[in-house]
Amino acid sequence: MINKLVIENLKHRPVRTFLSMVAIGIEVTMVLTLVGLSYGMLEESARRARGVGADIIIRPPGSSALTLSNAPMPEKLLEYFGKLPHVKIVTGTVVHPLVFPESVTGIDLATFSSMSGGFNYLSGGPFQAADDLIVDEHYARQGKLKVGQQIKLINRTWRVCGIVESGKLARLFVQLPVLQELESNQGKLSQIYLQADNETETQSIIAGLKGTPALKEYGIYSTSELVSMFSVNNLPGLKAFIWVIIGLGIVIGFLVVFLSMYTAVLERTREIGVLKAIGASPSYILNILLRETAVLAFFGSIVGIGLSFVSRWLIMTLVPASLQQKVMPEWWLICMGISLVGALLGTLYPAWKAATQDAIDALAYD
Amino acid sequence: MPDTPNIIEVRDLRKVYRVGEVDVHALRGANLDVPRGEFLAVVGPSGSGKSTLFHILGGLAAPTSGSIVMDGQDLRSLTDEGRTELRKKTVGFVFQKYNLLPTLSARDNIEIARSIAHRSGPQEEWFKDALKLLGLDSRLDHKPRALSGGEQQRVAIARAIVNHPAILLADEPTGNLDTKNSDAVLNLLRQLNKQIGQTILMITHNPEAAQFADRTVHMRDGQIVEAPPKE
Repeated sequence: MINKLVIENLKHRPVRTFLSMVAIGIEVTMVLTLVGLSYGMLEESARRARGVGADIIIRPPGSSALTLSNAPMPEKLLEYFGKLPHVKIVTGTVVHPLVFPESVTGIDLATFSSMSGGFNYLSGGPFQAADDLIVDEHYARQGKLKVGQQIKLINRTWRVCGIVESGKLARLFVQLPVLQELESNQGKLSQIYLQADNETETQSIIAGLKGTPALKEYGIYSTSELVSMFSVNNLPGLKAFIWVIIGLGIVIGFLVVFLSMYTAVLERTREIGVLKAIGASPSYILNILLRETAVLAFFGSIVGIGLSFVSRWLIMTLVPASLQQKVMPEWWLICMGISLVGALLGTLYPAWKAATQDAIDALAYD
Repeated sequence: MPDTPNIIEVRDLRKVYRVGEVDVHALRGANLDVPRGEFLAVVGPSGSGKSTLFHILGGLAAPTSGSIVMDGQDLRSLTDEGRTELRKKTVGFVFQKYNLLPTLSARDNIEIARSIAHRSGPQEEWFKDALKLLGLDSRLDHKPRALSGGEQQRVAIARAIVNHPAILLADEPTGNLDTKNSDAVLNLLRQLNKQIGQTILMITHNPEAAQFADRTVHMRDGQIVEAPPKE
């Protein structure tokens, strides 16, 4: 019977119930979207790192594994690495950051293609002139770019010569010497990629490199090691960001439900008096309001999970190159918990007020 | 079952309210005996203490002093939890404003009183008879807003007696009804009293309503007087 009363109470004020659920839904969507973006972008980075086809990645001295750097490594290292035993292919890149999270990568198309298996051109083809630019499918869709179209980047006008399937290192590619010249970093590289003649030799090559005194300060990683670093746990800032989002979610849930239940309790003062008159205890009144809140939080979470697919569709449609949102089913229950905690906190005061209301005053309320 | 034939025994009942910095003496030593199965009307003008007596007898308020024994229970010793139990099992309320829960159907308004009293299963035969007497059979699935005032008050009566309380307390039960519906409700209370032996204590300011009762007592200045006060 108490459940029937709870459902009828919620049905009695459909607009308030709907708005409360939507507001809780937005809270859940916010958490799912931002967490999905964090994981999605990390996984996309890992996928593209794997797409290079390298077994070993070498980064300049003093740089971290996960941040972009300009180009302080001498290009002549390529020749040195290429002569090492069991190293099959060597290629180097230069990365020029644009507005986050975008960047332009300078590549030597021949060695890069040899290592990665080559681009799959969806339209157009390889570089033909110095100002040629290759873009991946997502960047092309986001910027509505077609082959032959001109685009201005780094104070220079480029011609899109090819649109390629995504998944290989970056979204924007230009020729290595052109970008080096633009950065006034001729003969320098940001990253060097090594492919072993046999994957099982990776660790022995790394051991040899790390044992070379001249390379002591360099970041030398196996691709699998680097990719494993693309996780939330390795980015303390991101972890803190997720906690902040969860905190905000709880605060939003608290405020929404507090306002909703506070008005509900005020509006139902007389009904609470009636329930008390027919023998309802304070815990019974509390029980009604907590159940109403739980129903709001549950269905609000369902709405939020649905809305997170809408936000994902919008992101994938409008900015597929800049942002990637992962569907996070493992976070659905967590989000339900977050919305429930926020909602229950928001209900505590109104419910306490209702439970302790004087029955005579409540019955006299108009 | 208690030995005394009286279901309500009130002795020297006093209630003092604090309103701002002023003490208001709502009850000033009221005494009352109500035998089991009686239909008693308590008549008096506004401010005479009727409502305060109603609230104390119903366990909605605690007395300041005096004794009340109701169906064998001494109300002075009751805690808040005890008064909640009293409202659940020993008394049923009928209010002037019906006070049905607007979100529930008539049937569910009755059922929730059973649910609060932890009663489940099919309704007892005597209650089914009472429902027939109240003439609610065809209106039980309607919500209060679809019922007339008279129908709402009949649902409120059904809700008040569903747990078979020892005492039915009715506070101006016809105050919001026209003459025809008032007579119908009062006749129903009378029939419930006679047919199922329900003890009823009805508070009213209307002497005509009081005529439906077995006995009438009057209240004046917080005290109960058997005879009508002289003008």
